[in-house]
Amino acid sequence: MNKTLNQKAWYFVIPVFVLVAFNAVVPLMTVVNYSFQETFGSNVFTWEGTRWFKQILHSERFHAALGRQFLFTFIILLIQLPLGIGIALTMPKKGWGVPVCLILMSMPLLIPWNVVGAMWNIFALPEIGFLGHSLNSLGFDYNFTQQVGDAWFTTVLMDVWHWTSLVVLLSYAGLNSIQPAYYQAAEIDGASRWDVFRYIELPKMKKVLTLAILLRFMDSFMIYTEPFVLTGGGPGNSTVFLSIDLVKMALGQFDLGPAAAMSLIYFFIVLLVCWIFYNLMMKDEVK
Amino acid sequence: MNKFKWLVPTIYILFLMLPIYWLINMSFKTTSEIINTYSLWPRQFTIENYVTIFTDSTWYMGYVNSITYTVFNTIISVSAALPAAYAFSRYKFLGDKHLFFWLLTNRMAPPAVFALPFFQFYSSVNLFDTHIAIALSHCLFNIPLAVWILEGFMSSVPKELDETAYVDGYSFGRFFFKIFIPTIAAGIGITMFFCFMFSWVELLLAKTLTATIAKPIAAIMTRTSSSAGYELGLLAAAGTLTIIPGAVVIYFVRNYIAKGFAMGRV
Repeated sequence: MNKTLNQKAWYFVIPVFVLVAFNAVVPLMTVVNYSFQETFGSNVFTWEGTRWFKQILHSERFHAALGRQFLFTFIILLIQLPLGIGIALTMPKKGWGVPVCLILMSMPLLIPWNVVGAMWNIFALPEIGFLGHSLNSLGFDYNFTQQVGDAWFTTVLMDVWHWTSLVVLLSYAGLNSIQPAYYQAAEIDGASRWDVFRYIELPKMKKVLTLAILLRFMDSFMIYTEPFVLTGGGPGNSTVFLSIDLVKMALGQFDLGPAAAMSLIYFFIVLLVCWIFYNLMMKDEVK
Repeated sequence: MNKFKWLVPTIYILFLMLPIYWLINMSFKTTSEIINTYSLWPRQFTIENYVTIFTDSTWYMGYVNSITYTVFNTIISVSAALPAAYAFSRYKFLGDKHLFFWLLTNRMAPPAVFALPFFQFYSSVNLFDTHIAIALSHCLFNIPLAVWILEGFMSSVPKELDETAYVDGYSFGRFFFKIFIPTIAAGIGITMFFCFMFSWVELLLAKTLTATIAKPIAAIMTRTSSSAGYELGLLAAAGTLTIIPGAVVIYFVRNYIAKGFAMGRV
């Protein structure tokens, strides 16, 4: 759309600008403020320069949490994307099945995140949960509260349960926007099912899939409540992701300086990855 | 091959429903039955857990609180986002692209980063433990989202609509409320749905900003694990009840969801 130049449009943006600035800029400045200072309470601050940043960047605890975070995000993207696309391809295109699928599949997205954690905790408990009980009676030695592998398996499975539907809904919407003429042309050319997917469906879904990756990256990178309720970060520290570590440091130990420095580094990483994605996406939109 | 295509979504939906069924199953059991026996359905069927929740004000007020701030937030987000989205979709102005990206960065900000500063900030303006504090804090991610979705819908409305209305002698205000808003009603509905959804499921900020008066139900649930042992039945019943508002909302927008996702703006 050709837009007209109109500086008065700023008036329309002011409410949004004020509300978001109120929420984002003031607290963010507090974080920046803390990240350069040391405090012993009662509002006495001393300048510390970049000490906290150096401390965080060299701390093994941060490296470990960051490593776990990237591994987790990588695993769930690897599972959820192909699975989501696969399910979207097999979903009915018309009839009563469409609303049924849409409603039931959206259900996990609308459950408060700590209820998701609590639900999976009950579901996976080794003695009384369906998942735990079934796995144990099948001969697996399963206990997510004590074994690291099991804790990761459960956390990943929970996230797949919780968020695959988002990828499904996005892909489904992308698939539905393809004109029937494309499929007819493919049929005339005698294209195989794989060719149709590779050369028609996948390119047409590129935009929604970029968005799916962006959203899943962002949200899984800031995951807090679900694993916190499910495993509490345990056993040991094996499922402590970045947000859990940060909240522990800020609200648990009240190490304001290091926590603030960590917040900024954390935010910067998310921002950097999202900026790259955003530009890729917008480049397509301009075309 | 095509004959068995329906199997994939069916198995997936079964997988989605299993943990939900287990939660509902547990909510109708007594705590002692949950701990002592393993059964696929309640042997001693009881609604006592639900009775407890509906008769104890510390429990049911949690639902009232959650719904209150969620509705506040949805109203604030959508009404602030409407004019802004219109500006982004129709006009070029100084710094528009940067502003748009800056808005989006707030959707990307991990809430954990903001938990402590929000706590201090809202305490210092005397809004701690109020519904409006949570509603305002959720604007952090819901306003960018609302602007983003609405901008998508508005951009798909041809600009000729605006111009024709002005030629016909409509003032801006009359055009906006009488013509433009009804035109994008579906988009507003979807936006409200997503704002409601993200405000409803968020807990970290809601929990950090409240103590007793405005405490959300999801935060009240966490107390079952700390005091009085581990009341699994009660926890399950409270969890089951949190699913209902979402299910109701989704039923109303079922026909628009796919369209909303098709905009590629969530």
